[in-house]
Amino acid sequence: MTDNPPIRPEERLIGVLNGMLKGLRHVAVGSASPIPGAAALAERELSGGALQVTVLGSRRFNNFTDGGRELFDCAAQGRIDAFFLGGGEIDGQGNINLVGLGGYPNSKVRFPGSFGSGYLYYVVPRVILFREEHTKRVMVPKVEFVSAPGVCDEGVYRPGGPYALVTGLCMFIFDRNKRRFRLSSIHPGHTMEEVCDQTGFEFDRPDTVPTTAEPSPELQDVLRRRVAGQLAEVYPQFAQRLFGAVAA
Amino acid sequence: MTGNRFISLSELAEGVGDGVTIAIPPDYSGVALAATRAMLRRRVKNLHVVAVPTSGLQAEWLIGAGAVGTLEAAAITLGEFGPAPRFVAAIRAGAIAMKDATCPAIHAALQAAEKGVPFMPLRGLIGSDLLKNRPDWRVMDNPFGTRDPIVLLPALRPDVALFHAVMADRQGNVWIGRRRELMTMAHAARTSLVTVERVYDGDLLQDETLAAGTLPGLYVGAFALAPRGAWPLAFADEYPMDAAEIARYVATARTDEGFRAYMNEQHSRAAAE
Repeated sequence: MTDNPPIRPEERLIGVLNGMLKGLRHVAVGSASPIPGAAALAERELSGGALQVTVLGSRRFNNFTDGGRELFDCAAQGRIDAFFLGGGEIDGQGNINLVGLGGYPNSKVRFPGSFGSGYLYYVVPRVILFREEHTKRVMVPKVEFVSAPGVCDEGVYRPGGPYALVTGLCMFIFDRNKRRFRLSSIHPGHTMEEVCDQTGFEFDRPDTVPTTAEPSPELQDVLRRRVAGQLAEVYPQFAQRLFGAVAA
Repeated sequence: MTGNRFISLSELAEGVGDGVTIAIPPDYSGVALAATRAMLRRRVKNLHVVAVPTSGLQAEWLIGAGAVGTLEAAAITLGEFGPAPRFVAAIRAGAIAMKDATCPAIHAALQAAEKGVPFMPLRGLIGSDLLKNRPDWRVMDNPFGTRDPIVLLPALRPDVALFHAVMADRQGNVWIGRRRELMTMAHAARTSLVTVERVYDGDLLQDETLAAGTLPGLYVGAFALAPRGAWPLAFADEYPMDAAEIARYVATARTDEGFRAYMNEQHSRAAAE
């Protein structure tokens, strides 16, 4: 046995996201998503390659040969089981804002834009919302701009939608019938009080809220030995900072 | 197309007239940044830029130089380097007209133009503020179903597609490999302007392996040789990203003055070469 370095907060988050990918066939990872990318690549390793992973911007983890459109066509046919989305703002109905704050179109604070969210949120069965920052600034009662809605009116074609919301403090599962989040677990080192103080929307919770499980030694090992180098192709700065890795 | 049609970068840049609609690829595809610098040297104005479907440094530079009237994009980002400073400032100041989209909407609208049909239906979007802010997008009931609303996007036909590729032959064919969004852009646009790393001696369409990843010269208006033409972005298997240069740009372009100083330095360097 070698001494394992202490578990880093990012590794915990990777562990939580990884746990949501078990048994899936194909996961795609979009722009600016190093932690979801690590979770998906780790599951590819742990599943012995049973999980196919497509990482946007990667040459090695690219299952597509028909250009930028193929991810979306593939998703529309149900060939992508899970995808990750973030949000400058996220509200209690699962609406996400990737566009900006302080008016539209001349936003005082402009985010990059909606990317594929206005489509993938509708067609991918398991969309995992992920945002490390968990503050009232991000977790708001109502987003200013709806890049993609959490739920749709009856009759709108929507096989997909939000599955969970994972933050630096906790994880929620989305209840599509009740159109709201239910707190599922709080990460080690954080409290219920903190979650309540930092969340701007109402949510359901069980009487006792469990603590988020730590990543398994097996997962940590795969991350450090295998995934770090793979991730460095697309996220060199992140891989270097977290694992001291360079592209494999 | 016949004969040697390679022209200089500055001649190529003349082909992007003021006020045209220009399609550009995302940072992970083939971005013609040397050509973009040449366009800025000739002070191109009032472009309608269509990012297919996102852009980074290229849109950022065009916006910073005041060359953009309208921007249509699903996102503008410098990736790990953070927000694109001149884009963010232009939005705040209302200096450009922004048409926010979602990635597949741009792909689908170009596909309509490829097929020569007036519109393309697309799933998603209903209930979003993207749709609310796009009066050019419509919702209709699927005529083959019952109570099945679906969005219709008008065909998007750019005047010009501009991109960088690994190689072109002297017949005007361009090898793009698997980066087929470049193919869609070129099919949809009235003409394409292409820069390449090098010339391929031979005919790309006569080699069955290469032909599958080749844009036939029939779609291409002009070419220029531009070795390291995507610098400082990474390009295919040719070269990695120049991270130090992009970081230097981001630090310098926090202010408009800084941006102008950076671009002037780029232009002086090009003049010296």
